[in-house]
Amino acid sequence: MWSANHVDSPIRHRLRWTVGGFGALVVVVCGLAPLVGSTSVSLTRAFDTTMPWSENVDAQIFFIARLPRVLAAALVGSALAMAGVVFQALLRNPLASPDTLGVSAGASLGAMTAITLNAAFSVAGIPALPLASFVGALGAFGVVALLSLVRQRGATSLVLLLGGVTVTALLSAVIGMVQYVADATQTFRTARWLLGSLDVASYAPIGGALLPLALACAGFMRLPRRLDLFSLGADAAATRGVDVRTTERLALASASLATGAAVSLGGPVGFVGIIVPHLVRLVVGADHRLVLPASALLGAAFLVLCDLVARTALAPMEVPVGIVTALLGGPVFLWLLLRQA
Amino acid sequence: MSRLVRRIVAAVSLRWRPAMVLAVVAGSALTTVVGAAPSRTTAPAPAPAPVPMAVPRRIISLVPATTEMLFAMGAGAQVVGVGSYDHFPAPVERLPRLGGLIDPSVERILALHPDLVVVYDSQADLRRQLDRAGIPQWGYRIQGLADVTATMRALGQRIGRAAEAHAAALAVEARLAAVRDRVAGRTRPRSLLVFGRDPGTLRGLDASGGYGFLHDLLELAGGQDVLGDMPRAAVTMSTEMLLGRAPEAIIEVRPGVPWDTARTEAERRVWWTLPSLPAVRTGRITLLWGDEFVVPGPRVALAAERLAAALHPLQAR
Repeated sequence: MWSANHVDSPIRHRLRWTVGGFGALVVVVCGLAPLVGSTSVSLTRAFDTTMPWSENVDAQIFFIARLPRVLAAALVGSALAMAGVVFQALLRNPLASPDTLGVSAGASLGAMTAITLNAAFSVAGIPALPLASFVGALGAFGVVALLSLVRQRGATSLVLLLGGVTVTALLSAVIGMVQYVADATQTFRTARWLLGSLDVASYAPIGGALLPLALACAGFMRLPRRLDLFSLGADAAATRGVDVRTTERLALASASLATGAAVSLGGPVGFVGIIVPHLVRLVVGADHRLVLPASALLGAAFLVLCDLVARTALAPMEVPVGIVTALLGGPVFLWLLLRQA
Repeated sequence: MSRLVRRIVAAVSLRWRPAMVLAVVAGSALTTVVGAAPSRTTAPAPAPAPVPMAVPRRIISLVPATTEMLFAMGAGAQVVGVGSYDHFPAPVERLPRLGGLIDPSVERILALHPDLVVVYDSQADLRRQLDRAGIPQWGYRIQGLADVTATMRALGQRIGRAAEAHAAALAVEARLAAVRDRVAGRTRPRSLLVFGRDPGTLRGLDASGGYGFLHDLLELAGGQDVLGDMPRAAVTMSTEMLLGRAPEAIIEVRPGVPWDTARTEAERRVWWTLPSLPAVRTGRITLLWGDEFVVPGPRVALAAERLAAALHPLQAR
């Protein structure tokens, strides 16, 4: 999908190798991850169709506990990594991440509110918590989008950054307030939600996240060349024929949609959106035609791997996946930076 | 200490508390100075006689468990302030709320002029502030079920109601023993005691682990804790862990008032997504509401009776 017709031949060759290499990594990690867990599972019994489903524990562990979890990790990792790439290019800031513009904070506020109000409704099998989280993400995006809309020539990266930081700070204050009025049990649950969890326990939340993720991907596919020019600066991009305002809004909407869907599915898993794009750039360079698809694939593999560690390192106990992403990703990233220096 | 002596000490402490504090401080300083000076004799100084503690008249209890204990031993009239989460017995609703375990309002506590504040051991900041203000405090920690009645007795001793506290503790212990006898010899189902999860889903599920008063209650009520091998009071369970542990009975306890029938049934049905669980196959999933499941106070006896009724319906009647 990333090898559009306008892609020239050398890049097409590199794209093929990049997608092939990172794709193979995803296939290996996603293929192995469901086979490993805190419980011993017999694959023969798991795929034994003669045994009634209701009595087949191995099949339920494989198909209900592990497979949805691996799928969710792959989708969340991929979405957060792509959103990180786009935010870093759009804001021309290497420290930008899916958290920067307040979308994660909005999603967190939605989730906190649902937990505190003990919301129990569901829509099409998707429970209240992920729904509220997604609505919160959209609300935060709405505020930032307003900044872009009211400025006729588009918002500068500085305005967007400042707006995002302000929205994040405001929402963090409201989150603190919601936590403060919640009772002890709810506060404990909200604190744990903020560390992320990919144990989705069914396919319904994944199904619910697919539409916004597909829309976000459709937006991302139109962005690589424009982001390359955008990283030279908005004015430089405009002189090279880029419609700055449209690009900015498309990038904002796609990355926010991806972040909202990812956070509603797995909580605000940190570090993926900032570390994966940089790791990819260290390997394939700065061309967004390579960086974006490679980040999608490495983000998926990275988070599936982190979740595998999270559920097996201290088995039968589990470590919140957000802790693992930081503990695994941080040292690797530092090592790569030192090696490059 | 006789009642008369206690009264005298209490009266002196109330009327002359500042003077006594000064005297104690001065005495301590003097002792330090004297102790630091070279001694002419080799005989050790005699240990100071324990200062008798005053019987408190204005007690603040910030944790529901101790508030319930104070009322159970007949000291309700001495309680002048309670925590944010105190709702039992009914008279506490009229008392000032002074924050909870993690957010006590020191200013409001001081304004009530308490002569004893009952604090949890982990409230280190509050304890330091009370120390600085010279307000007596009594700290405690409850880990297992046995600590509940032990705490009742110790608290009763501290507030001059040892006999009443002992009687209240005995009553609790008798009811617990009755539950134990009732389920003795019965098959103990492998049980899971859940005390929190996200509504409408099995995500974020917290269950009682291998120690703590909930674990002890479950075992006493005739269940075999499926997480009994995990040395934690609370365990966050993944879907895989749920399937792997395969509980034969699931009991969900929640504080507050029961939901309506439709919502309760909807929450029970959430478990049907894991049909291989023996508890799901046999329908042994029970949702119970009541603060007694989250407050390790005198009502643990009621909690044990209700758990036993859920696990062994016929035997518990």
